Amino acid sequence: MIGKETGAGRATKFTFLGLWLVFSLFPLYWITVTSLKAPGDIFSFPISYWPERFSLENYQGLFGKADFGTYLVNSLVVATVAGAVATAISTLSAYVLARFEFRSKSALLMAALVTQMIPSFIALGPLYLLMTDLRLVDNRLGLVLVYIAVCIPFCTVMLRGFFENVPDALEEAAMIDGLSRLGALLRVLLPVMRPGIVAAFIFNFVNCWNELFLSVTLMNSDANKTVPTALNGFISSFNIDWGSMSAAAVLTILPTMVLFAFASRHIVQGLTSGAVKG
Amino acid sequence: MSTTSRPDARTAPSVRKEGAPPGRGTAGGRRRREFTTRRGLVIAAFMAPAAVFVAVFTYYPMIAGSQMAFRNWNLTDLTDTSWVGWKNFTEVFTDPAWSTVVDNTLLWVVGSIVPQLVIGFAIALWLRRRFRFRGLYQALIFFPWAISGFLIGILFRWLFNSEFGVVNDLLQKAGLIDEPVAWLADPQTAMTAVLIANVWYGVTFFAIMILAALQSIPDELYEAAALDGAGKARTLFRITIPYIRVTLALTVLLRVIWIFNFPDLIFGMTGGGPNDETHIVTTWMIKITQQGDYGKASALGLLVVAVLLVFAVFFLLATRERRGGRGTTERGARA
Repeated sequence: MIGKETGAGRATKFTFLGLWLVFSLFPLYWITVTSLKAPGDIFSFPISYWPERFSLENYQGLFGKADFGTYLVNSLVVATVAGAVATAISTLSAYVLARFEFRSKSALLMAALVTQMIPSFIALGPLYLLMTDLRLVDNRLGLVLVYIAVCIPFCTVMLRGFFENVPDALEEAAMIDGLSRLGALLRVLLPVMRPGIVAAFIFNFVNCWNELFLSVTLMNSDANKTVPTALNGFISSFNIDWGSMSAAAVLTILPTMVLFAFASRHIVQGLTSGAVKG
Repeated sequence: MSTTSRPDARTAPSVRKEGAPPGRGTAGGRRRREFTTRRGLVIAAFMAPAAVFVAVFTYYPMIAGSQMAFRNWNLTDLTDTSWVGWKNFTEVFTDPAWSTVVDNTLLWVVGSIVPQLVIGFAIALWLRRRFRFRGLYQALIFFPWAISGFLIGILFRWLFNSEFGVVNDLLQKAGLIDEPVAWLADPQTAMTAVLIANVWYGVTFFAIMILAALQSIPDELYEAAALDGAGKARTLFRITIPYIRVTLALTVLLRVIWIFNFPDLIFGMTGGGPNDETHIVTTWMIKITQQGDYGKASALGLLVVAVLLVFAVFFLLATRERRGGRGTTERGARA
């Protein structure tokens, strides 16, 4: 194994790991506690680390005053559809990049890397004009199309890593048995790769769910807002209403945390294999 | 726990090529020779949907946006969008805010990357040996990654609140400060605060990447080092770091690109304030866009791309040389 571990070494290790865990989770704990305090208690001294009076008032306010339910549904629809379509499209491109050698391959990979280098704000103006021409401004379909394009590069690199871990003998055998390449991909490879594909979808979903700037630019009516846009609206005003904000933050974080808890192992694998080769 | 053993088993093969160039070997040569029109059609058909989406919704707006950098393009007056050469760039360089923005951007990138790398490396080393609940631990410290940069900014804005912030309360209880600090009202403490938030967010990524690479190092190397009587530090610098340097280099490169291009956290936490003193290039670009000066914002965006491209090329060249013999010759032969 990796050398002997001394008692002092173990103590240092677990102390440090413990401290980091506390540091990692504390902000999440704190925003949750804040959201569960009665609105008046948030601004009371001394600061209490546990809600003295449990209250769901902050949450009720979100669905009463602000139309937070609509925003959640919008985000859910847009992130699910865009995440799923982007995963499907990226599966095809990742497969080709993992299995074939061709001249423009490194150029395509470079093109994917460059998309990560360009600040999204450079594209916002022309994108808005393009979407106006397509009559897709303030339209959930429009946002879905844009999000698909945003997800594809990284998703492709991630899935390519998964494909490279599957021996190509698998689909070669299927093709000898008479399946077409697409058939072999769908019927033989996809079942083997299911964890990786689920991880890729979750990664896409979380990215779309969290996306702010494109959504702010393209969705201007209240009925079409996504959750991050609504959160942004909360801080645009002079004072932040920390009661509503904390409740909204918890509702935004919760779904993505649940998904990550499910798939973190596969996402980790996707990130490590994708980036080491990409 | 059965789950604890699995990440190793699954991540190890993917990084086993660590140290050696990711050679495509003989299989690649065979495939190339088998090239047929049919193969070309398959490649084209499978790549087409991705290419179309990225071309239409990413590259087209980016290219259209890039040419605005050389035009007078201001929302306040769209009747005159004439070509103005490098005027927008000179405006960027002569802006009084420019030097602050450059300093902040450097601080933001270096001040985020270095602690993220060091702490992430330490965590990865400590997670290498299996212990009970290690899988759970990894999942828990991975949670920050599920949150958007914007929301992280908001979370830490609340933590660092001057009156009701828990950071002040804890520091006062610990006796480290006497009076509450108005963290986000002073440019220097505000920069410290956004850096702390970004370190909180980014350490995990380094930890998981480095851990995966560590797990690819064969135990025999450590056994041999132990037989030779090498100490901990020597083992770390002579075996561990050289063995995983490719992953280290690529992770640092990827993170530099992302952090450079990551206005979300600062946007949510300080909005560039107080007095525009915590802007980095990309948050400043947001501000200029919001003011309607698309030409100047676009010039800034092109500067970011140029800096990152130059950085990426130099970084890859520098790290490739250190990879030594095999890597260079293989690439040389291909070029």
